[in-house]
Amino acid sequence: MAAITLTVNNQQHKIDVDPQMPLLWAIRDFVGLKGTKYGCGIAQCGACTVLLDGNPIRSCSFPVSAAAGKKISTVEGLSENIEHPVQQAWIELQVPQCGYCQSGQIMSAVALLKKTPEPTDAQIDAAMQGHLCRCGTYPRIRKAIHRAAELMKTKA
Amino acid sequence: MSSNTSFSRRHFLRLSGLTSAGFIIGLSGVEGKALETVVNMSFLGESSSVTPFIIIEKSGRITIFNTKPEIGQGTFQAIPSIFAEELDLTLDMVTIKQSGGEKELGADQFAGGSASIRTSYKKYRIAGAAAREMLVLAASQAWGVPVGECKAELGKVIHAGSNRSLTYGELAEAASKLEVPKEPKLKDPKDFRLLGKSTPRPDVPLKSSGRAVFGLDVEVPGMAYASIERCPVFGGKLLSFDDSAAKKVKGVQQVITCERIIGKYRFEGVAVIADNYWAALQGRKALKVNWDFQGNETFNTKNYEQHLRDLAKNEGVLDHSQGDFDKAYAEAPVKLEAFYETPVVSHSPIEPMNCVAHWKPEGKLEIWTSTQVPFSIKNNFGKEYGLKEEDITVNVMFNGGGFGRRLYPDYVHEAVQLSKKAGKPVKAIWTREDDTQQGPFRPMTFSAFKAGLAANGEALAFQHKVISPSISASNSANYDKTKTDGGMMEGVSEQQYEIPNVKNLYVHADLHIPVAAWRAVTSTTLSFSHECFIDEMAVKAKMDPMAFRLSLLKKESDTKKLLLKLKEVSGWDKPLPAGWGRGVSQWEFFAGLAGMVVEVSKQGTGIKIERVVCVIDLGTVVNPDTVAGQVEGAVVMAISAAIKGGITFEKGRTVQSNYHNNPIIRINEMPPVETHILADGGDKIKGVGEPGLPPLAPALCNAIYAATGKRIRRLPFDIKKI
Repeated sequence: MAAITLTVNNQQHKIDVDPQMPLLWAIRDFVGLKGTKYGCGIAQCGACTVLLDGNPIRSCSFPVSAAAGKKISTVEGLSENIEHPVQQAWIELQVPQCGYCQSGQIMSAVALLKKTPEPTDAQIDAAMQGHLCRCGTYPRIRKAIHRAAELMKTKA
Repeated sequence: MSSNTSFSRRHFLRLSGLTSAGFIIGLSGVEGKALETVVNMSFLGESSSVTPFIIIEKSGRITIFNTKPEIGQGTFQAIPSIFAEELDLTLDMVTIKQSGGEKELGADQFAGGSASIRTSYKKYRIAGAAAREMLVLAASQAWGVPVGECKAELGKVIHAGSNRSLTYGELAEAASKLEVPKEPKLKDPKDFRLLGKSTPRPDVPLKSSGRAVFGLDVEVPGMAYASIERCPVFGGKLLSFDDSAAKKVKGVQQVITCERIIGKYRFEGVAVIADNYWAALQGRKALKVNWDFQGNETFNTKNYEQHLRDLAKNEGVLDHSQGDFDKAYAEAPVKLEAFYETPVVSHSPIEPMNCVAHWKPEGKLEIWTSTQVPFSIKNNFGKEYGLKEEDITVNVMFNGGGFGRRLYPDYVHEAVQLSKKAGKPVKAIWTREDDTQQGPFRPMTFSAFKAGLAANGEALAFQHKVISPSISASNSANYDKTKTDGGMMEGVSEQQYEIPNVKNLYVHADLHIPVAAWRAVTSTTLSFSHECFIDEMAVKAKMDPMAFRLSLLKKESDTKKLLLKLKEVSGWDKPLPAGWGRGVSQWEFFAGLAGMVVEVSKQGTGIKIERVVCVIDLGTVVNPDTVAGQVEGAVVMAISAAIKGGITFEKGRTVQSNYHNNPIIRINEMPPVETHILADGGDKIKGVGEPGLPPLAPALCNAIYAATGKRIRRLPFDIKKI
């Protein structure tokens, strides 16, 4: 066990956990934020994606100790009132079906648009390929990322 | 304001208390007799036969129950909108609550068979319309004006002549004392605000912000976590286990056994109970378990497939016969035969199986879980555990995918037993490896075909013989092998093609591995073989595959209408670029009817899916955008099942373990999908969730044949190496 301080969505959380515990379980069961999901445990599905200093990582395969001192962003931190442009686009295009994978999808989309404000289909595919959606919302995810890019442009 | 909290018994009672001053309308428990049995109650407690789908409180709060678990198919919007439409409400004016299998709300509280809308659309409209008429009558009586001068509009009853209005909440008490209209007048569809329109789903914002609460997200005070080691060989028995190392893992509380009950099977497992899930997983890794494999450790897919091929030589039992197949086939101048094979596949919803159960000291059981079958859990678990139905509370959470997997509450049984033994609430979570390896799986079907044609290509005789293990046999120990198996012959004898002599047969194969319904069930494999063989017949008849199908559909039918629409919207007769091919397929089965045209292009040794055009026949549509989403999703699932690995067994165990070796398609593999909805009204309402799956694989393989001349008769196939 080790005392670790995590900075999640700009808030500090002191937790006492096995340093090898994946960040996913620390976020879910110790910090108490359940928006980040468990899907595969081996970085294959992307449901657990969070941003570490702005970069998407698979928190299911990332030891919690390695996240200490870094800025962790989860879906809960995107906006107070579900108004982040990516979330707005997700709602406008009615992307989610079961919705379970969408927190991870959204976090990767946020990271993509930060680096590539107007991504092409190929860039979207490259950035989102690590995410599985068993319901098959892929066509809408692609459209929603383009739409979010538009919304961000008008906002800027 | 919509709510994602599930509908607990506690909440249920609190609400019913409030309704002493309010208004509840529902249908009696008798299914399909809605009209005669609409009743209103001012006290829910007075009659247990009342089903409170709609609760209007004096305060103005209106609650509508979603009786069908939300698994991604859109019931959280679609079901409440049926009631809301007739009450002239929009969904932002109501609180949506998920029902939990309460007897009063009906045995059809499940999500499966694409049944949610097609089985409840009419009766729920009647319930909503009855409530509306009572509110309007109450207002007209209060004002002393003719009822015809009053109308319900967006939560109020309005009298235009005197410019007066009363809210539903203000009218609730008076309305509740009125007689329920026997034949309420349904809204004219031209006045619909919600039905037939692509209105936003209220769960979408929750699912775009991490706020939707899935089974995995449930936390109750004092809860421990469990991970369960099960026998890697199907059918093995627990001999002994050594938990000394597991108990040394920090956070591990205890190690106990539990029984996984699935269909006719009972499999014992060893559970590590811990303070947190990670500790439970570490403890599980440290377990040493001895299993008796019961001789099942030699089972493998290769031998089993050969067994199925050998069984195909048996005559089998008759499923459907018309004309004289044997004679017509013997005499036909042109004959063809073919054999098709399909794989076992997993459901693999991204949310793994999980359940929180709390066996309380006073002998009550509360369950929080993602499930497709709340009614079955609430009403059937008592038999296993010596409880009464009213002692069991089921909180249905948002399901992180269902696809048929969550029709089977085996994971709920495990959590219930663990909570009882541990004496505290337990959250049992399957790992992805558990989910991939333990089943239940969609079984394979193998198909042997024979067809006889006239010299001019006319189809004279047709036979589809299915050889497969059985879902029913997995579900029940009382399976009758002497009869055909409707579940494993699904749709085969329902196709509308007019062929005079038909003899369809079924050959049962035993299997000791749990198999299960999967989205569109057996239609996902049988449509592939059946509709590809129809294409083979078209080739033999030297006819265009669309024209050949239409030549077999002389009578008017939904299938014929569908294919004509598909021909038109797909541009079937338009030329394609060189190296492209186009394929068609349709499939009618219990859930509904859809058809597809797929276009592919040759890419080196492989194939690219360029375009998928779907026509789905619904009769009546509730939310066209949801339908489009369901078709897109069905296409994704069907492509994955057609071109990705599938599940295989070696040494009695599942070979695949996780998404790396049991893959599903990713965003870069997604073709464009166009969805066209046939909604011409009429009495029949057809399902949405499943019909988009069966036509994909055959249309794809027929397109590949058109592009390359290569006939694919076995799934899965490698799309990069045709």
